[in-house]
Amino acid sequence: MASILGGITSSHIPAVGNAIAEGKTQEPYWKRFFDGYEPAKAWLDAVKPDVLIVVYNDHGLNFFLDKVPTFALGCADVYENADEGWGLKPVAPFTGDAEFSWHLAESLVEQEFDICTCQEMKVDHGFVNPIRALYGNREEGSGDSWPIKTIPLAVNTVQHPVPSAARCLKLGQALGKAIESYPEDLRVVILGTGGMSHQLQGERAGLINVDFDLECMERIISEPEWMTQFSNAEIMAQAGTEGIETIMWLVMRGALADDAKLIHKHYHVPISNTGAGVLVLENERLSY
Amino acid sequence: MVWRSHEYDDIPGTYVFDGRRAHPSYELNKLLYSFNEERNRESFEQDPAAYCDQFGVSGDYKTAVLENDFLRMLRLGANIYYMAKMAIPRGVSVQDAGAAFQGISTEIFKDNLLSHGSDLQQKLSEKEGYWHG
Repeated sequence: MASILGGITSSHIPAVGNAIAEGKTQEPYWKRFFDGYEPAKAWLDAVKPDVLIVVYNDHGLNFFLDKVPTFALGCADVYENADEGWGLKPVAPFTGDAEFSWHLAESLVEQEFDICTCQEMKVDHGFVNPIRALYGNREEGSGDSWPIKTIPLAVNTVQHPVPSAARCLKLGQALGKAIESYPEDLRVVILGTGGMSHQLQGERAGLINVDFDLECMERIISEPEWMTQFSNAEIMAQAGTEGIETIMWLVMRGALADDAKLIHKHYHVPISNTGAGVLVLENERLSY
Repeated sequence: MVWRSHEYDDIPGTYVFDGRRAHPSYELNKLLYSFNEERNRESFEQDPAAYCDQFGVSGDYKTAVLENDFLRMLRLGANIYYMAKMAIPRGVSVQDAGAAFQGISTEIFKDNLLSHGSDLQQKLSEKEGYWHG
């Protein structure tokens, strides 16, 4: 049966991708942020997942505002990155696992999560940058390929109404059941991306709330239900309009065991406009 | 016909991108989304007014596009991520837009962001278990 080895959280700030592509990760602005990924990379090296399920939001590459699915699952053999309008070089395509994806889709719908299934899905910086931070760069056309299979799970955090923190945690719980009911012996890690606090627009642009970020990190480790007491308006009041992305960490957390063990905890501020957090949580049942 | 009110309407200095904002600015955001493709960016450059017409972008929306007035676009309902597709290649960053909203320079805006990191080590040391390098 497939098993969930654990989960990782990461911000997915566009500038992170630029810093990696331009070889700036050891420059003073970036060094502490990127060095804090080393324990996460070491953990991935040790547990050797076959598949990463990446929970992220699309920022207007695959989905336009004509159709905005609340939850959308990639169900394809390959996912391509593309120019998001800034003229940056895309990264190499990602290999999917269509059979596993379709199993997840069926199981989620059986559990009353009526997700959108996508047989073509371009993946943007929200998906790509955390993987680059964890696995290094693979430019399109370089001949390099990614060392793991990936499955994109997109959550709408761009155009409200956006799902609640409570709904995201429940999706994670359903995702966990879906993964663990797959008959193949796949080793799965779930990556919850986005956040933490930031607001890009309005007179309150530039908001960062370090205390709220740190509180969220602590609670997501040991008591994720704490976040479900808040409405999205309350989360945005604390963490900024774009800070709502942190609800996607709950999808990762919901899929893990309640007593998942903390392996690594890293926070840095600011990266661009944002408070940036990394968590590595391991399912206690795991042996490697 | 009425737009319902929301709890988040009361957050100061904040424009939540919901149906009330997304509906009237749909054509503008569609134009901005088209800039994902290089050939569309080139087509826009050749005749910006005609490109607006092609997308049904008119009135104040068209004026804002033709004048590269990104702050106005945001106030009119452009989504920040879509706006970035036009602004960033023109040398206007999301931080420039944030600074413009506050009426301060980008340098001061960036300094304000950096100030959040000034007591970070102390805050982290008050909690247990954070990575310190």
